[in-house]
Amino acid sequence: MQEFLSNLSVYRDAIGQTFYIVLISMAAGGVLGLVIGLALYATRPGSLLASRPVFIALNVLVNIVRPIPFVIFLTAIQPLILAAIGTTIGTNAVTFALSIAAAFAVSRIVEQSLLTVDPGVIEAARAAGARPTSILVTVLIPEALGPVILGYTFIFVAVVDMSAQAGLFGGGGLGNFAITYGSQRYDWPIVYITVATIIVIVQAGQFIGNWLARRALRR
Amino acid sequence: MSGSTQREPSSDPTRSGNHERDDRPGTSGTHAPVPGRTAMTSVSASEAGQGAAPAAAHVRLEHVTKTFPAAGSGGRPLTALDDVSLEVSHGEVFGVVGHSGAGKSTLVRLINGLETPTAGRVYLGGRELTSLTERARREVRRDTGMIFQQFNLFRSRTVAGNVAYPLKVARVGQPERDRRVARLLDFVGLLDRAHDHPEQLSGGQKQRVGIARALATEPSLLLADEATSALDPQTTSEVLDLLRRANRNLGVTIVIITHELDVIQSIADRVAVLDGGRVVESGSLYDVFAQPRTEAAARIIGMALRDRPSAATLARLRLTHPGRIVTVRVRDRAAFQTALASTFLSHGVAAEIIFGGIGELQDRPVGSLTFELTGPDGAGGPDGAGAVDAAITALRADGVDVTEEPAEEG
Ligand SMILES: Nc1ncnc2c1ncn2[C@@H]1O[C@H](COP(=O)(O)OP(=O)(O)OP(=O)(O)O)[C@@H](O)[C@H]1O
Ligand SMILES: [Mg+2]
Repeated sequence: MQEFLSNLSVYRDAIGQTFYIVLISMAAGGVLGLVIGLALYATRPGSLLASRPVFIALNVLVNIVRPIPFVIFLTAIQPLILAAIGTTIGTNAVTFALSIAAAFAVSRIVEQSLLTVDPGVIEAARAAGARPTSILVTVLIPEALGPVILGYTFIFVAVVDMSAQAGLFGGGGLGNFAITYGSQRYDWPIVYITVATIIVIVQAGQFIGNWLARRALRR
Repeated sequence: MSGSTQREPSSDPTRSGNHERDDRPGTSGTHAPVPGRTAMTSVSASEAGQGAAPAAAHVRLEHVTKTFPAAGSGGRPLTALDDVSLEVSHGEVFGVVGHSGAGKSTLVRLINGLETPTAGRVYLGGRELTSLTERARREVRRDTGMIFQQFNLFRSRTVAGNVAYPLKVARVGQPERDRRVARLLDFVGLLDRAHDHPEQLSGGQKQRVGIARALATEPSLLLADEATSALDPQTTSEVLDLLRRANRNLGVTIVIITHELDVIQSIADRVAVLDGGRVVESGSLYDVFAQPRTEAAARIIGMALRDRPSAATLARLRLTHPGRIVTVRVRDRAAFQTALASTFLSHGVAAEIIFGGIGELQDRPVGSLTFELTGPDGAGGPDGAGAVDAAITALRADGVDVTEEPAEEG
């Protein structure tokens, strides 16, 4: 415990870094994933902007990337990280990789949420003379907002988890803190405190997500 | 014959082919075209006058066929509409009836260009839809309202937000939008529910919102696809009243599609009967309903009037009624039944009414009566059969529609 208190500022920095990684990844991956998800939905056969080649290409890409475990993905795209960030280790490298991984995860969730929207509602919007892109933004997203928020919440939890794993790669944050100051020094209280902190972050995120989704669904 | 039967009133020798004139007996004057309009439709009324010959029908389908490609590799292409031609005049309520799967929804979706025909042409106010770009078709849709069986309201928007949506699409500015939304909600009687969400409304109220939304851009045409099929009878008549008001007060042309014949009966001026993707009959409501000329139309309409015995009923009736069974269509003419009775009497035929029903359509009687006819010496005897035949011949000579019910099979 004495050890922990002396490392208090390191602990605080680790929390800050975790937030940095998670929030940037959620923002960048969230937006990119939303775009890919909308494209998946809209290009599907029979949909608003149906295009078989585009749909198949996107679908295959998402199917390939999404199931890769993050740690392996991080290793696999090292050349890309190097080109984009200039280095393959550290917080920014991890954030970059995590943004891409989150985008692919989000895209599927967005697509699936949009698919739950009643086709009749889209028919009504088309009958009103709306453009397909306008229908995507002004009808589909609002109509699917509840499931979309819950989906993003789910991804948030996964991103916190992955950011901790990334501690192994020198990405800062709570995962790295738990390894460097905790397990490597056999300082179990530090490990437990870190675990508890991660649980609090996840719970808070889940709570906020549920609350927002409930508001969107008016339940 | 499975082709379409067009009615050719003797009064109009100039009529030809599929082109029907707006000749609605008994309804003229109820649709006072311009004087009855409120300010709401003055815009669309003047727009409709531009670019389209005034005489052009509001909606015209010319030999329209719609075939959907095979679903899977094993499936066969499906022809939902087969050589359909029809015309809807400005300001009328045009009904389309048919069984489930007859192609009714496909038909309405062709009219606002949500679906494109495989062959044939669709004209809207003189403009041919398939020749337009998708962008121009979207403009056309803004002048065409549509309401749905399941209402299809946006759950993410309030009642007012739903009505405002088509106005936003048409880029109507905020103050004007608010004014129109308020006026429309007042028109459908839901001004006090403006800030509620659709799930807080009953089915009938939801459809009233649907109607307000469909009328938001002051369209000249309203398409109603099974608009009352999810509603109970009481609510159905409220919604029909509202549609009637839209038609009479705002001058909106309505195409109403339904499998519910009483809906058509209570609101349509003219009807088309759709069966297996073909228009088997079309004409004024009274003509088609009182006297369907094709077997398919008679089958569909007979179910609505419930005036003809079903095969099962007929079999049961035969158990207790050994005589010849004929069904006579009730005509709109003075002392019709007295004439029937005296014909039977003069031929020495005993006639007993064993089934039937008489209703009213556009203030004129419709229906049919099923008789058991027995000759002087019983049903089986040669003289008896002769007398019954003579009576039937006499009635037919008098222009009465008499159908002998088929004898039991086997
Ligand atoms: N997009 C489509 N793809 C393939 N087949 C279709 C499509 N839309 C309609 N059909 C088929 O076309 C036929 C006519 O359908 P339609 O929906 O027009 O019938 P309907 O008269 O409206 O029936 P209901 O009263 O049940 O609504 C049906 O056999 C239907 O399966
Ligand atoms: Mg239908």
